[in-house]
Amino acid sequence: MKKQEYHPFEDNAGEFQDKLFETRIEAVNLAYKKAPKSEWAKYAERMIHIIFLLLGLITVGCVLLITVYLVISGIPAIREIGPVDFLFGREWASTAAEPRYGILPFILTSIYGTAGAIVIGVPVGFMTAVYLSKLASPKVKSVMQSAVSLLAGIPSVVYGLVGMLVLVPGIRKVFNVPDGASLLAAIIVLAIMILPSIIKMSVTALDAVPKEYEDASLALGATPIETYFKVSVPAAKSGIAAAVVLGVGRAIGEAMAVMMVAGNVPNMPDSLFQSVRFLTTAVSSEMAYSSGLQQQALFSIALVLFLFIMLINAMLNFFLKQEKE
Amino acid sequence: MKKIITMMMVGVIAICALAGCGGPKTTGSVSTDGSTSMEKVIGALGEAFQNDTGISFTYNPTGSGSGIKAVQEGRCDIGLSSRDLKAEEKEAGLSATVLAYDGIAIIVNPENPVSDLSLETIAKIYTGEITNWSEVGGSDAEIVLIGREAGSGTRDGFESITDTEDACKYRQELTSTGDVITTVSQNPGAIGYASVASVKDTVKAVTVDGIAPTEATIKDGSYVVQRPFVLVTKTGVELSDAAFKFFTYITSSDANEIIAGAGVVPAN
Repeated sequence: MKKQEYHPFEDNAGEFQDKLFETRIEAVNLAYKKAPKSEWAKYAERMIHIIFLLLGLITVGCVLLITVYLVISGIPAIREIGPVDFLFGREWASTAAEPRYGILPFILTSIYGTAGAIVIGVPVGFMTAVYLSKLASPKVKSVMQSAVSLLAGIPSVVYGLVGMLVLVPGIRKVFNVPDGASLLAAIIVLAIMILPSIIKMSVTALDAVPKEYEDASLALGATPIETYFKVSVPAAKSGIAAAVVLGVGRAIGEAMAVMMVAGNVPNMPDSLFQSVRFLTTAVSSEMAYSSGLQQQALFSIALVLFLFIMLINAMLNFFLKQEKE
Repeated sequence: MKKIITMMMVGVIAICALAGCGGPKTTGSVSTDGSTSMEKVIGALGEAFQNDTGISFTYNPTGSGSGIKAVQEGRCDIGLSSRDLKAEEKEAGLSATVLAYDGIAIIVNPENPVSDLSLETIAKIYTGEITNWSEVGGSDAEIVLIGREAGSGTRDGFESITDTEDACKYRQELTSTGDVITTVSQNPGAIGYASVASVKDTVKAVTVDGIAPTEATIKDGSYVVQRPFVLVTKTGVELSDAAFKFFTYITSSDANEIIAGAGVVPAN
């Protein structure tokens, strides 16, 4: 933009501008070098640089450390049990006299649970986002947005507790089953927990749609609702897709709340009212008391979960990149 | 510059503080680690000990398995286990001292008319042979089995006493005593187990073979669903001064009153 402002008619304007910029940088560098500075100040400058670098490396180091640790401690059990028996075994009995380590029930439960949460959570979250971004009056929007933020800030143990005391007995009574702790209870809790991520991210994406698009659509005679769903939403679609993926990530990684409402028995998830165990809860419920191969197998479960989350992260990055373009 | 130095110092202090958490024995303090079921009794003992001697006391409620591991790795002075040590753990150089006996109460919802079960019936209920309360004199409702997670000391104790190891058909496996009690109190068809000390009015403890879980019945062994609370130490390794004082303090008969006050039956 700037280049065009200064030299709108010259073909070599860009080149000239670049040269000018380079010269300026040189001058600044020179001034910086020549400036009278004590050894101490230089030393401090370098120290600060190093400190910042170290702080940055802490994050990278943590990720590397966790990855390496998970792989190293997760592989032995998979090797000992056998990858096929481990991933596709239908029975988990880690403390039995003849232990069996099949995690298919956990994998399927995590997939079903997350899918269920998405099926319930995405329509609600998406519609809320459209309402907040396009229809709501500023006052309503600010109140509702702070409510959404508050929902995001509630610790997962509180979701679990409310689920345990209200939702689980509720499901028992409404569906007339012997016990309400089930896949369904977990799905409902997860659906509520992923709402804030979906709403916030979708609102951001929808807010970023240029107003001109909507104005054009309205000028052509479309109603506001038509405009929002046929112009704004398609324009923000990769942002909304990213929101959904973020929700998936949150749902698949949740442990505490799920542990309190899902019943935690390693059953195959063949009914909504089945007591089930997720990948996350499989690790967290047994880790405290585990030893030997059982503990190694728990690390292997964590590794599988980690791979799932990596995959989801890669998808998230893909959608975010698309949105930028 | 001053700011940076201050910040660095804060950092150093923070690191020291963090390092202090995981530190092994420091002079004048006792660290214990283990069974969550022992929280009440060890908390009471620790508080009394701290008041009497001024030696600071810490308790890390992680679970029997973790407590035993912590002693083995030297991360605490005394490990707390709510089950007897396994042979392999004893071979690994650990020794056990029984501190008290804890009865495991079989709990049902207060609305449930059933108030007595035999040990055999309990085993049959938990293995899925009996699935309806009407078969044991209750109302016509499906029995919902609530248990603890694999590896829990209470589950281990319950299953070994009722001889139902690996055979229990749980409907829910919960990770704490409190969760079990809450869940049983919420569901009229539920049955669960929890340590007697933590049973509250929200649930009803049934009598086993006609005997209620009380201090007297647990002590004389007539209430059969019971297990030991064990202090775990390294065989042949001397405890620190503070830890030794604590150990003798809690195993002396003077501590019995406090132990009994926590709802379990002292062993010494």
